[in-house]
Amino acid sequence: MRSVRGIGQARAAVFFAVLAMLPAFNLAHWVLNMLVFTLMYAVMASAWNLLGGFAGYPSLGHAAFFGVGAYAVTLWFQHHGIHSGYEPFFLLPVIGIGAAIVGLPIAAIAMRTRSDVFAIVTITLLFVAQTLAFNLRSITGGAQGASIAIPPFSAATFERPFYDVLLVLLAVAMGLTWASMRSKVGLSLAAVRADEDKAAGIGVRVQAVKLLAFCVSVGLTAMVGAVWAYYVGFIYPQFAIDPLITIAIVLMTFLGGRATLWGPVIGAFILELAQQYFAYSLGGSQYYLIAYALVFLVVMLLMPRGIVPSIQERLRHRRRRRVVDAPTSTGGAAQPVRAEAASMTRRPFTPVPYAEGDRA
Amino acid sequence: MHALIQGIILGILTAGVYALMASGQTLIFGIMKVVNLAQGAMVILGAYLAFQLFTSFGIDPFLAIPITTVALFVVGVLVQLLFLRPLRSDDRSELSLLVTFAVALLLEGIMSVIWSTSDRSINTHYANSSWTVFGYQITLVRLWAFLLSLFALGLLYLLLNRTRFGRAIRASVQNPESATLLGVQSERVSAIGFGLGAATAAAAGSVYGLLYPFNSGSHYDLISRLLSIVILGGLGSVGGAVIGALVISVSSAIVASAISPIWSEMTFFIVLLLVLLVRPRGLFGTAARGAI
Repeated sequence: MRSVRGIGQARAAVFFAVLAMLPAFNLAHWVLNMLVFTLMYAVMASAWNLLGGFAGYPSLGHAAFFGVGAYAVTLWFQHHGIHSGYEPFFLLPVIGIGAAIVGLPIAAIAMRTRSDVFAIVTITLLFVAQTLAFNLRSITGGAQGASIAIPPFSAATFERPFYDVLLVLLAVAMGLTWASMRSKVGLSLAAVRADEDKAAGIGVRVQAVKLLAFCVSVGLTAMVGAVWAYYVGFIYPQFAIDPLITIAIVLMTFLGGRATLWGPVIGAFILELAQQYFAYSLGGSQYYLIAYALVFLVVMLLMPRGIVPSIQERLRHRRRRRVVDAPTSTGGAAQPVRAEAASMTRRPFTPVPYAEGDRA
Repeated sequence: MHALIQGIILGILTAGVYALMASGQTLIFGIMKVVNLAQGAMVILGAYLAFQLFTSFGIDPFLAIPITTVALFVVGVLVQLLFLRPLRSDDRSELSLLVTFAVALLLEGIMSVIWSTSDRSINTHYANSSWTVFGYQITLVRLWAFLLSLFALGLLYLLLNRTRFGRAIRASVQNPESATLLGVQSERVSAIGFGLGAATAAAAGSVYGLLYPFNSGSHYDLISRLLSIVILGGLGSVGGAVIGALVISVSSAIVASAISPIWSEMTFFIVLLLVLLVRPRGLFGTAARGAI
């Protein structure tokens, strides 16, 4: 499997190199704008995947933390001038850590519940956050919204700084995912997802590891929210804390494949581009909502496991067949057994398959 | 003090409507282990249907309830057959959550295409009349809504406890495998159960349309409240849903009159967090369920 690991790193390198060079090709503004939003969702889906995919805690409240980031940066720069244009970006780590701290007590309580009830508690949190954003008029400006100073970037390359920052955030999110997948943290998360009580019984630090996943996840989401607010320049509660954001990132992760490194990114690139297309071609937001819901339902019903796990399974089958054809090959003997064990487990993402899956 | 008692009266009367919505939701959960995030959207759909029947044919929203419940019953059965039945059972609870959210978005989209997104309200001639009892105002509509909800909950109780079908439902709630072994057709019970849940949403929707102005996005506000009620009462317990509705409505009414209406919107979340801190499975929930 050595060579496969090398391929994975080369793939990541090529992916980021291509993305980093894209803006140099003088792309039209609408294309860059679309890419900025795609990257935004790719970061958030990757972040969600840490919690919803690996730890098995399907949060539906991430948009609340997106809103926390958006309002944090907006309110901060209502009182501070923006000189070079890059100050909000330097503030991002602070916002991320701040959101993680805000999320910690919420997570500590909400994570007393599991899977579906956890989803309910977090979705309730989302609506409460939205209500707060509407009602705390003295802070958020209420329904009138709040504005941030216009970034002093030249119009010709306006999207460029946002694009670069989001690319860095994506690298951070994917790097964290990658690191956790090949460390004890990832194993602990897999144990939590598979059976939390048993995991606690054999000494996995369940509480610490799931709180960590929650905080990292919402911290990254808040940073994206901050970049978004700075990018659009004017925020309203219904867009800063929007259930559709939550749904979009969950859907992307499901489409690409939960608990995989590339799944959320692939899902984001497919869905966000499709979404922009719907928004342009169907115009009115109502039809757009229907189309979106239908895509959602089709994905859930036809591909509940996502793209990456489906492809992996096919590859594994093929590899196994090849190994069976040449049974003397060294090192191959252990592989088919593992692969078989993986395909026979009840859930598609038990620790066994995803120890392999990270290399895809 | 006067304002406080007035608030409590209002809270109790409002609780009836929420209890009705939440009982449908908790019923659906009890039977299928599906958290129906589309319950709020179904309530709003019921409200729109009542609105349409009232403006087009002059049918009183209370009298429209038999029509809207039948319509939503059909919608509920269809949703179950089309979207929930095909889900694989091993991660059904998680997927069903997302699927019902998608159904909620779908209904919202359809409603905003048909009725646009502007606020609607059902203005009957008795909408603003009220009685004064010992100096306390009792809005007539709210009182009727409360009584109707009690009536509907009573019907639901009778259905669950006095009929063969109800026994099948209760058996599936308590132990799906044994129920199947004893000849309960769980697929049919699931479909009809989902239809029943939707039907209670329709009944509550008529009343909701009378009490509050609504638009196609109102279900977001409803669903968070409903979920809090259902979790507070304990998922799957109809009696718990009624108590949960009472606790949440009365406490937010008290907060509204004693502190400020803005914070009353938050009350249910605070109550929910407190309950989860003390008793994560809710007031009347059972522990052996895996989800909590």
